[in-house]
Amino acid sequence: MTLLSIENLDVRYGQFKAVRSVSLKVGAGEVVAMIGANGAGKTTLLRTLAGAIRPASGRILFKDKDVTALSAHERVKSGMVLVPEGRRLFARMTVEENLQLGGLVKRGGDWSVDRIFSIFPNLVKRRHAKTGTLSGGEQQATAIGRALMTNPDVIFFDEISLGLSPLVVDQVYASLAELLKSGVTVVLVEQDLKRAMAVAGRAICMLEGQVVLDRTMAETSRDEITEAYFGLKRGQRNDHGHGMGGAH
Amino acid sequence: MLNQIAQAIVLGGYYALIACGLSFMLSVMRVINLAHGSLLVLGGYFLWYLGENYQVSPFVGLLALVPLLALAGWALQRFLLERSARGGELLPILTTFGLSIVLDNLLFEQFGADTRSLAPYIGDLAWDSFELPGGIFVGQIGVLTLVAAIVLLGGLQLFLSRTGTGKAIRATAEDPDTAGIVGIDARKASAIASAIAVGSIGVASAALGMRATFDAYAGGAQLLFAFEATIIGGAGSLWGTLIGGIVLALAQTAGAAIHPQGFLIGGHLAFILVLFARFLFLPGEFTYRLRRIAGLAK
Repeated sequence: MTLLSIENLDVRYGQFKAVRSVSLKVGAGEVVAMIGANGAGKTTLLRTLAGAIRPASGRILFKDKDVTALSAHERVKSGMVLVPEGRRLFARMTVEENLQLGGLVKRGGDWSVDRIFSIFPNLVKRRHAKTGTLSGGEQQATAIGRALMTNPDVIFFDEISLGLSPLVVDQVYASLAELLKSGVTVVLVEQDLKRAMAVAGRAICMLEGQVVLDRTMAETSRDEITEAYFGLKRGQRNDHGHGMGGAH
Repeated sequence: MLNQIAQAIVLGGYYALIACGLSFMLSVMRVINLAHGSLLVLGGYFLWYLGENYQVSPFVGLLALVPLLALAGWALQRFLLERSARGGELLPILTTFGLSIVLDNLLFEQFGADTRSLAPYIGDLAWDSFELPGGIFVGQIGVLTLVAAIVLLGGLQLFLSRTGTGKAIRATAEDPDTAGIVGIDARKASAIASAIAVGSIGVASAALGMRATFDAYAGGAQLLFAFEATIIGGAGSLWGTLIGGIVLALAQTAGAAIHPQGFLIGGHLAFILVLFARFLFLPGEFTYRLRRIAGLAK
């Protein structure tokens, strides 16, 4: 069953097209990894899906309803939530308060502050600490917990390992294992290809704002993803290589 | 000496009460509402009008005034501040400045130059006092005002720290874009905050009219006292505002004790001293906030 459907989405920053006519579908319960170099449009796409950025054209359908015109908080109410790049916690509020903010939408569901603390036990002793004083790993756990508190149907993770030590990234992913098994739909942006391939069931590669590869992990290989990542297969795309005349 | 301190604390309660809405607006919305004093006087005229024409007690009049001002606060945010905020952080402040001029002159046109007071509509309360040990007398209005300030500031503090709406308002104040991503309607949270800030001015209007007289242009001086109490108290901490009001009143009283005309100067000096002390000893947070308010920092 298709949960999320994107049709011909264009996102621009002024003259610059960050996302170009992207169309894709995400089924309920899928775990999809978005892969691509810096500037490929992954974060822009996720932020557009979350309602933080308005698309120039195209449609976003969620549970068969057009949500393109909805603002960010209305999308959270309908069941989509973003764990933003760089965590974006409320630094003057405590861990517990940050988590409670996620619960304010009152969507109803299994997630509670106590359940968040049970998957991220390292947060328990920091419960009343201001999030500005937390370590990177604790902040990331709080940001994920805050998103889960909205009881989402689909959750977008934007670079959850960014700025964290490999050891802490392992811990965060270990904590996520239970979540990933629970049947929630996940779209994650991850720079670490190995980790993305281990977690996700499907890979979507983006290059210069377009989707250049969309396969299940079983049907693709590390090499194929790497090729797509760097845009090595030319000829499939007609807008590549402009501005490079005379360089060779 | 003890008597003067007691009177200053009571006066400080009044300053804290009139600073309450200003401080709330500054701390959660980062807007210095320069129409604060004018709204205060507008509320005073509303209560006076009810008392003069319909013999309504100002305490009963508050039941109508506070919701009406809250509605005005909501409209202020939705139709003026929200729009002007798109033009930078300085524009909302200028907008409230313009609003204050419009309000002052409308009030003058409507009510003329006569000074008004609410004292005729509250009976004996206007002059009754409590006797404290040591033969010190404090006016009942003053004590009532001090209690109102403590209840209002404490109530708002509890509201911000305990309720969901309060937390949503704090989150919106810190980062409205991220608040949206978490599912908070930032526009609604800001409008509620503005409604509360302006609604609370009504209580201060009653105190203004009961303890003294006012005219159409009385708002400026009230705004100045409220602003000084807010800044002395730490620019946006609600309990700090109570302390700020009392410190301001103590400084004015000390000024008056030194020289018959030193009342206002004492208060201004305390304000400036605290301002400089903060620059010297707390450079980070406070200058950051000031720079933010002035639109110089993100």
